[in-house]
Amino acid sequence: MKISLGPLQYFWRKSEVMDFYREAANWPVDVFYLGETVCSKRREMRLKDWLELGAILADQGREVVLSTLALVEAESELAALQRLVDNQRFAVEANDLSSVQLCRERGVPFVGGPTLNIYNHETLALLQRSGLTRLVLGVDQGAPQLEALQRQAQLAGHDFPELEIQGWGRLPLAYSARCFTARAHDVPKDDCGFCCLEYPDGLPVSTREGQPFLTLNGIQVQSTACGDLGPELNELAVLGVDIVRVAPQREGTGAVVQRFAEALSQGRTAPRHGDCNGYWHGGAGMAQISPTAISMQVPGA
Amino acid sequence: MTMELVCPAGSPAALTAALEQGADAIYLGLRNPTNARAFPGLNFAPENLRLAVDAAHARGKKIYLALNTYPTSDQMALWKSSIDIAAEAGVDALIMAEMSLLDYAIRHHPGIPRHLSVQGSATSPAALRFFHEQFGISRAVLPRVLSLSQVERVCEKSPVGIEVFAFGSLCIMVEGRCQLSSFVTGRSPNCHGVCSPAEYVHWEELPGGRRRVRLGEVLIDEFDAGESASYPTVCKGRYRAGDTPFYALEEPTSLNTLELLPRLAQAGVVALKIEGRQRGPAYVGSVTRVWREALDTLERKEGFVVRPQWQEALAHVAEGHQTTLGPYHRSWH
Repeated sequence: MKISLGPLQYFWRKSEVMDFYREAANWPVDVFYLGETVCSKRREMRLKDWLELGAILADQGREVVLSTLALVEAESELAALQRLVDNQRFAVEANDLSSVQLCRERGVPFVGGPTLNIYNHETLALLQRSGLTRLVLGVDQGAPQLEALQRQAQLAGHDFPELEIQGWGRLPLAYSARCFTARAHDVPKDDCGFCCLEYPDGLPVSTREGQPFLTLNGIQVQSTACGDLGPELNELAVLGVDIVRVAPQREGTGAVVQRFAEALSQGRTAPRHGDCNGYWHGGAGMAQISPTAISMQVPGA
Repeated sequence: MTMELVCPAGSPAALTAALEQGADAIYLGLRNPTNARAFPGLNFAPENLRLAVDAAHARGKKIYLALNTYPTSDQMALWKSSIDIAAEAGVDALIMAEMSLLDYAIRHHPGIPRHLSVQGSATSPAALRFFHEQFGISRAVLPRVLSLSQVERVCEKSPVGIEVFAFGSLCIMVEGRCQLSSFVTGRSPNCHGVCSPAEYVHWEELPGGRRRVRLGEVLIDEFDAGESASYPTVCKGRYRAGDTPFYALEEPTSLNTLELLPRLAQAGVVALKIEGRQRGPAYVGSVTRVWREALDTLERKEGFVVRPQWQEALAHVAEGHQTTLGPYHRSWH
């Protein structure tokens, strides 16, 4: 199983982004997803910058994929998407059907991102005919859905594409046209002052009794709880997951990648460090469900 | 061109109210998880669907069936048989979001028009081209995220007619892309046709008349004595970023676009959707009556002015008794 580093979902200064990836280039990451997936107003990194960064990583033998916006509203965003699809070097992770369509129109193969709502084998096959080469499961999908997807695809005689799932990180739960970070600052989105720069890991909100709950990240809402499928790595392998994705955070991402890489190279699971795994087990996303695989944990590893 | 008024019905009584008050089309769901209002006691059994179609057709009106949830690989038979039931009942269009179901419908029932549901999350001309080229949709309902000027531009470039939400509860997230409910309860609009389902809601009475409401274990909000309490969907709870709890995502308000009617018509919007299949016949009747009058007034081209009694009637049935222009108005964003 390979390890990917998902797209950076927060807004950092360009120098911080470059420092982060300079460091990440030393981690055992096989696939880098690069680009802005949340807000088109975030322009510290331009497409040109992502392409240059991608070239450096690719020259080191890493696979590079350019990720697209999950919500496309303005014509300017479509035009930017078109330039990204036309980059001619790197594959594209399509996170919206707008990007799927642009890829189709240009005959560019694409990775089906987690927000495409691919819930069954027939839709998967339809998108494979449009150029999908890899499926990233939706955040709410886990073992029960995947097992059914694999089984029915096999019965129908469909080829199964490469399969990826987020194994570590806060869960991206929702997208809106509204910027929640700007709302928390009581400023309009059109005059946001780029306030998400103040929150390199998003702006956490808790319930009125202090339970950490959601994290506001521009137009995206994430969980504050960190999803962790380290203890489930063996189950992932059994169900045919080819790539496990780690979502970048400001601190500690390298250690997570190392932990997953060591576990994978030794054919074992990684001990739990995160908070929840409910979606994988078919339950509420925030739940932490003790997996049977827990007995396979190697203490202290 | 006259904009079509598309009204909700979760029961035969609501359907009658919509028909009597002047809906052009009524959208319904079957009594199973194939639609995004799969609430207990709501929706239509197959025989009631047939009666609904007959009742609407007798008045020259249309019935659209919402089949807009997402089946997993082992559930597809139920969704496909629901499409067959709709076809047999003679519905005038299917409102769908899921690609394999659109594909099934075009192959097996090509004569029934296919509308892209708001759950399809299509917000750009490119995404609309995708559904039009692949599945021959003839209309698309836009998610409640675009500003009015963005709606205007999408209308210009869309290969299909555009329907927009005109009134009702406001989903502030891109429809089809919201997992807040499933994060807490395991049940989502996409897969189960429910949001923050009632069986997970717990009210707690506190001293002094205060009340708390939880979804599962999560405290969604707390209300003072006499403060009006809203249904605890995750997006309309009060949370803390600093010390003071606030509506971090959205207040409990309803979308109301009455004053935008002339611009929506000018933009070429073909249909206006009223939200609320979960609401009763009184809601459906009074909202339909107001919008019928408003559309007829607009049609007469004698200068369109929003009448105060319309707004009063709508505010009376709105969630939280407040209304907003929502995403259509840039300042909402």
